[in-house]
Amino acid sequence: MLVYTLKRLFIAFLVALTVSLITFSLTYVAGDPATAIAGEAATEADIEYIRELYGFDRPILIQYAEWFLNAMQGDFGQSFYFKLPVADILFERLPISMTLGVCAITFAISLSIPLGVLAAMRPNSFLDRLALGISVVGQAMPSFWFALMLIVIFAVWYPILPTTGSESWEHFILPTIVLGYYATPAIMRLTRTGMLEVLGSDYIRTARAKGLPQHVVLFKHALRNAVIPVVSLAAVQFGFMLGGSIVIESIFALHGAGYLAWESIGRNDLPVVQAVVLIFSLFYIVLTFLSDLLNAWLDPRIRVG
Amino acid sequence: MSAVLEVKGLTVDIPVAAGDLHAVRGIDFSVEKGETLCIVGESGCGKSLTSLSIMGLLPKRAKIAAETMEFAGTDLLGMKEKELASIRGNRMAMIFQEPMTSLNPAYTIGNQLMEPYIRHKKASDKEARERAIYLLERVGITAAASRLSQYPHQLSGGLRQRVMIAMALMCDPELIIADEPTTALDVTIQAQILHLLAELRNEFNSALILITHDLGVVARVADKVAVMYAGKIVEAGTVEEIFRKPLHPYTQGLINCIPVPGKTARGSRLGSIPGIVPTLIGDIRGCSFRNRCAFAHDACDTADPYHSLAPGRGYRCTLDVATCEANAKELVSA
Amino acid sequence: MTTTIANRGLPAAEDIVGPTPGQQLRRRIFGHRGLMIGGGILLVMFLMALTAPLIAPHDPYMQSLLSRVKPPVWVTGNWDHVLGTDQLGRDYLSRLMYGAQISLLIGFAAAFISGVIGTAMGVAAGYFGGRVDMVVTFLITVRLSMPVVLVALAVVALIGGSLTVVISVLGLLLWDRYAVVMRSATLQIRQMDYVAAAKAVGCSTPRILLTEIMPNIVNNLIVVATLEMAHAILLEAALSFLGMGVQPPTPSWGLMVSEGKDYILFESWMIMIPGVALFLLVLAINLVGDGIRDVTAPEARN
Repeated sequence: MLVYTLKRLFIAFLVALTVSLITFSLTYVAGDPATAIAGEAATEADIEYIRELYGFDRPILIQYAEWFLNAMQGDFGQSFYFKLPVADILFERLPISMTLGVCAITFAISLSIPLGVLAAMRPNSFLDRLALGISVVGQAMPSFWFALMLIVIFAVWYPILPTTGSESWEHFILPTIVLGYYATPAIMRLTRTGMLEVLGSDYIRTARAKGLPQHVVLFKHALRNAVIPVVSLAAVQFGFMLGGSIVIESIFALHGAGYLAWESIGRNDLPVVQAVVLIFSLFYIVLTFLSDLLNAWLDPRIRVG
Repeated sequence: MSAVLEVKGLTVDIPVAAGDLHAVRGIDFSVEKGETLCIVGESGCGKSLTSLSIMGLLPKRAKIAAETMEFAGTDLLGMKEKELASIRGNRMAMIFQEPMTSLNPAYTIGNQLMEPYIRHKKASDKEARERAIYLLERVGITAAASRLSQYPHQLSGGLRQRVMIAMALMCDPELIIADEPTTALDVTIQAQILHLLAELRNEFNSALILITHDLGVVARVADKVAVMYAGKIVEAGTVEEIFRKPLHPYTQGLINCIPVPGKTARGSRLGSIPGIVPTLIGDIRGCSFRNRCAFAHDACDTADPYHSLAPGRGYRCTLDVATCEANAKELVSA
Repeated sequence: MTTTIANRGLPAAEDIVGPTPGQQLRRRIFGHRGLMIGGGILLVMFLMALTAPLIAPHDPYMQSLLSRVKPPVWVTGNWDHVLGTDQLGRDYLSRLMYGAQISLLIGFAAAFISGVIGTAMGVAAGYFGGRVDMVVTFLITVRLSMPVVLVALAVVALIGGSLTVVISVLGLLLWDRYAVVMRSATLQIRQMDYVAAAKAVGCSTPRILLTEIMPNIVNNLIVVATLEMAHAILLEAALSFLGMGVQPPTPSWGLMVSEGKDYILFESWMIMIPGVALFLLVLAINLVGDGIRDVTAPEARN
């Protein structure tokens, strides 16, 4: 288990390093960053001044090393727009995105796992069809459009829920539903197929031959094995959700990190954008690392020898 | 002595795309305490479905019916799932063909062994543990106590099958059904497991139904034999009767396929049964072995009467006993 | 015993004459409800996109300040603008038809580019294994840990939004699923005896990849391609909705939803119509993808 953990940790570190390199290179995607910052009206001298001010004249590798080392210490540079440290702005916004992410994944899991299990227990039943319908619709519905439809329903037709801002818990209900629903189809499908596969396995027949009652067969013997792949998927989906929060936050004016990123992209405020990309990626990497460990712990074939 | 299990007229139909698959077509057998019944037949003859229907483990879509299916005097078919569950693993237990996949990979051996004992005997963890250790030792597993905390993937196939046997014995069942318990194992291990099964059956004085396609296994452990072909029992008898005087052409063919040391001439061809098993979908009339039978004649197209010669001894064929016995003699002397 | 034995009229399993493989395939395709519905919708969308210049009732770019935000026919009864007009007085139906071109073009092009990249990586990883596999797996992990929407938004915004840029960015970002699926499919095929046989008779690596591996993983490829096409269409819509994708006045459906957003309170049809169009298109593609998987999956045979 220790070797396994160390190996995973090493890979996670390498991935983080690569991601940071890609994130850093965003600076140069559009060509000369100094020209971009200076604006259209700038003279050659202005651009030269900015180039020196931000250190764009130095070798790229040195710039990267400096940026990376600073980022590791929580220093993401100055925001071009706010003229404030990026870290201060970001860490003020991050809790809102995290809250939304946790709410959404909780919503998604508590909807999709029971539905997936029930669907697998009675294939082709009404519930199975309902679950299939939910997942087919969920996969095809653009999340921004779903969000707008919910606003139409709950703010225009039946005005019972707030639709903009993040002041109270009620503000999180609609965003949670939209974001959570986005992750539901994948988790539900995997739960269903996993459960179906496990229910058809020899050891479930053994469990039934032992005369165990239905609920023990289902929850002790089947679910434990079916849920192992779902854990990884849920972690992956949680990471995707953070990425997707940019759309949802901008619609519901939820002032989280995603909203900040969207605003900053519009303002060409690159250090902030890079910081958000890096933080979201790192978060995803940590999450998948933890889910790998959880998986290993759940699956004795990895945990023990 | 009353039978532990008494089955009469058992049929199992499975709906498939092309119609109903008549997998088991009216079979009778019984098994008593301390007795081993071997059900022999090639794959697809319905022997595994027979065992699953006794345990009540058939898939839901399968349709099962019987005139009698009594376990220790109580009707199994009329039982609710809950009552059945209280018998399964308790008074009758099953050992499956695939030891590699029949144990849950997520739980320790100990956990899975103790489970039925705690459930059915309302035993404490400690009692169940002691019983598990005792039985693991009994089935020939060394360092039994430390095995309890191991996971299935840490054990070899042979060891896992021993664990499955120990698991079946946990509640001291009156009936053990073993469905091809040795097929997935190495030949050397096969012999050990068979020996173990026979020994345990004597020790625990339970009834044993052994499902197999291997006549070698039958010769070694059986008291009674039922030969199945295409969903029907074509011949039944004691192990001596079946091997010394096989009456049905199919049984004769099967026995003819076994090389006998000292008797089968070196280089001579072993017997084989030509042709293939007919499909069991739709209406089947007459003898289902007639397309592979050297003695088939017109009567076989419409009838396959069962001749009961003595209690537990009989065969299903249009030929009379004298002809069959003559055929058997020819076979034995050949 | 070499006696020949009469069959005596007992049918064997092989004797039940089944339909030919071709008939079976056709029956599976036409018997698959999802595939039929999805295929039907997709066909309509295709025709709409292809014939938009011929059948669109109005010029999708023509503004009319006099007839702005006119509701659709079921509200007004005015058949001149069946689906109404937008905030600049442009005919909504015509814009919807031309929008189908944008979505389908982006879907196909992005799925194609990412398909080439992902398949090459996945097949190489699965076939060669070892270091190649390690590198590809690592790249997949890196790619998965980057938030797609955010990165796509940032890059498109930095370079400047246009159809070509959106297509290239999405094409360069969405190869991960191809690589994952193709890798595991190739891994499976590589172990088959016929691949070993091809190697044994001295076939070259490209030839084995082309004639032994590819034909056996092409079903998976098609299924992933449909999924990624749907994914690309949804992403383009989201980017355009956020104002960082295809730029006005191009009639992208995502952009139409975004422009209708200001009228959400009173004219909710303005977001409903392009939204439903998007939903139907993605639904149709997904249904077709699932259908192809069901119809061609080996376990579905027999």
